[in-house]
Amino acid sequence: MHMRDAVENILTFDAAATTAARRDDPRALTLRDVSLTVGDKALVHGANLTLNAEGITMIMGPNGAGKSLLLKLAHGLTPATGGQVLWGDTPLDDTARRTQAMVFQKPVVLRRSVAANVDFALRARGIRDAARRDALLDHVGLLGHARQPARLLSGGEQQRLALARALALKPKVMLLDEPTASLDPASVLKIEEIVQEAHSAGTKIIFVTHDPGQAGRLADDIVFVHRGRVHEHGPADLFLSRPETQEARDFLQGRIVV
Amino acid sequence: MQDFGEAFGLAFTLVLSGDADLFEIVALSLRVSLSATALACIIGLPLGALLAVTRFRGRGAVLILSNALMGLPPVVVGLIVYLHLSRAGPLGFLGLLYTPAAMIIAQTILITPIVMALSRQVIEDLHGEYADQFRSLVLGRWQMVQALIWDARFSLLTVGLAGFGRAVAEVGAVMIVGGNIDHLTRVMTTAIALETSKGDLALALALGLVLMVIALGVNALVQSLRMTAVRHAYA
Amino acid sequence: MSFKFRSSVATALALALSAGIAAAQDKSIIVQSTTSTANSGLYDYLLPIFEKQTGIQVNVVAVGTGQAIKNAANCDGDVLLVHAKPAEEKFVADGMGVERFDLMYNDFVIVGPDEDPAGVGGMTDAQDSLEKIADSGALFASRGDDSGTHKKEMRLWADTDVDLAAGSGAWYRETGSGMGATLNAGVGMDAYVMTDRATWISFDNKADFEIHVEGDEDLFNQYGVILVNPEKCENVDAASGQAFVDWVISDAGQQAIGDYKLNGQQLFFPNAD
Repeated sequence: MHMRDAVENILTFDAAATTAARRDDPRALTLRDVSLTVGDKALVHGANLTLNAEGITMIMGPNGAGKSLLLKLAHGLTPATGGQVLWGDTPLDDTARRTQAMVFQKPVVLRRSVAANVDFALRARGIRDAARRDALLDHVGLLGHARQPARLLSGGEQQRLALARALALKPKVMLLDEPTASLDPASVLKIEEIVQEAHSAGTKIIFVTHDPGQAGRLADDIVFVHRGRVHEHGPADLFLSRPETQEARDFLQGRIVV
Repeated sequence: MQDFGEAFGLAFTLVLSGDADLFEIVALSLRVSLSATALACIIGLPLGALLAVTRFRGRGAVLILSNALMGLPPVVVGLIVYLHLSRAGPLGFLGLLYTPAAMIIAQTILITPIVMALSRQVIEDLHGEYADQFRSLVLGRWQMVQALIWDARFSLLTVGLAGFGRAVAEVGAVMIVGGNIDHLTRVMTTAIALETSKGDLALALALGLVLMVIALGVNALVQSLRMTAVRHAYA
Repeated sequence: MSFKFRSSVATALALALSAGIAAAQDKSIIVQSTTSTANSGLYDYLLPIFEKQTGIQVNVVAVGTGQAIKNAANCDGDVLLVHAKPAEEKFVADGMGVERFDLMYNDFVIVGPDEDPAGVGGMTDAQDSLEKIADSGALFASRGDDSGTHKKEMRLWADTDVDLAAGSGAWYRETGSGMGATLNAGVGMDAYVMTDRATWISFDNKADFEIHVEGDEDLFNQYGVILVNPEKCENVDAASGQAFVDWVISDAGQQAIGDYKLNGQQLFFPNAD
């Protein structure tokens, strides 16, 4: 199908072998004793975690558990004060970060047109390609808004624009920090579709959510975080049906977890 | 008090009669102060933006200094520029003293700190919003500066206006380095000072009114440009 | 009260649009002079005559005599035209000026409110009247700016036994600014002011002030003209500057100075040798 070709063309990064999961795959995240201490306050305690190079990993936990921090540590937006962040078998650096893209809970929208927002990401990689930009905007359903000021879009549209900008980088890994929080159901659905399409095209997804329903719809595996520690990590269906720890059970049943 | 009524009448007469001297002086005022504003923006905006996105030892001291320099007395700037451009000074060979170029230099020095300090503030606020996204994209410092200046452009217009306002209103610096030479370096403010010293308060006040109207006009023009742009293009 | 202009609109536009570097005109000189001469309108009358004859454009920087001499000593002018004979002679003795020529004189007057609180109206002796003002407790506004007028005033006070330092800030008010600004201040606070007659006649903010003391020879005010020494200042356009000096002390120049009148009164009396 014509549209399908276009989507694959804009989404897939040029990785010949995406099948065999190997330790040196740059999409595979390893955290070794990663900690973050600000002043005398320990926000993340010696996190150890190994994620597959493929699939959708959801990070869950109550508010203030350190989910977003974990994502920022993995992407290097916040440098760890202890331990090691590895992608594949190399420590995180700018080169690794250039193969990744991050989408924030509150979309960062540049004060320019919708099209110029995507152009900005393309140019950050030295690319000027109006056709590709339009294909990306079409993919997230914003082509009709291309010339509008991006700041005048609705919340859901702004987040789709942020996704288009992330996809423009053809990332090997996409990190999303509660991208659907406080959005209407139609927008949530649309964004989940876009994320799943990116995943089918070979992009590793790491997705923070506090919504068990969303985890059930998207996740292959789930990391449960509480009070700055990685409490559990396992297959989604297993975690959602039979969590190992009391905190996870409380969280999934909607009880307040302190 | 009758000076006010007289001044208003005189201001109207001057403008409506198309007084050639008045237009010459107004044109020079605008030329000098707009040039100085443009130069101050070319120098001050990137410096302000760079200061906004960079962390280094002694940054606090630089911030305090740049804020303090906003209060530079025009007379002091005029004196410093005079001492440099004077034939006896290090740059005397350029022969710039008592020319509009010298006035542009003095006003540029006067308002560059204003543009720099205010744009630093504006851009730092915006950078707070963009920083994570920029780091995620692995942008270079220069790319960040460009993007921030462009995205803050409407707020920065106001910064430019603040600089222009200070430049067009000052008298101390241009008086010293320009010399208030008739038909060569006489601008609105030095003409006002001259007429005041001649005791022609009504004419001085009339010129003051014209200056205020011009400043108002420039502000209104920029503001309406900004409004139009915001409404039709990019919020 | 109208806004006088003398050169053509075309020149004005050309200057306004030019790149801003001086010497747009082939020949131009800078005359460092005093506010009193510039404010009197004398240059507006003289310079077009000179420019027409020679094609040399004259740019006048009008500041206090002290500053004018300092600027000229920094080579920032071709000709010095001021009124403070001792300082001018020192300027020449220091090698900064080529030669000093007497040019013209005007005179100083003492003005004050018409009710004349010190009762000096009609006096013709400058020192007596200054002493009387000081004794009466009336206010006196001085320029206090090291200008030629200020220097002249200080020489007059020096011959009295008035203690200026004790009165400073009380009845003796030093404005530290130009003649016009000092007159404005004097009018504002009903203070006597010693001013040159030219500035006084052309001054528009007289309110109820009038001349109380005049006519003393001590109040005469001699102007001199000096070419800045081209050997000290290589930027000096010696030929054009000399042409200007030669012209103002020539019969034609002297005639023009004498011809200049404001409100029907002659302001400057040519007395070049």
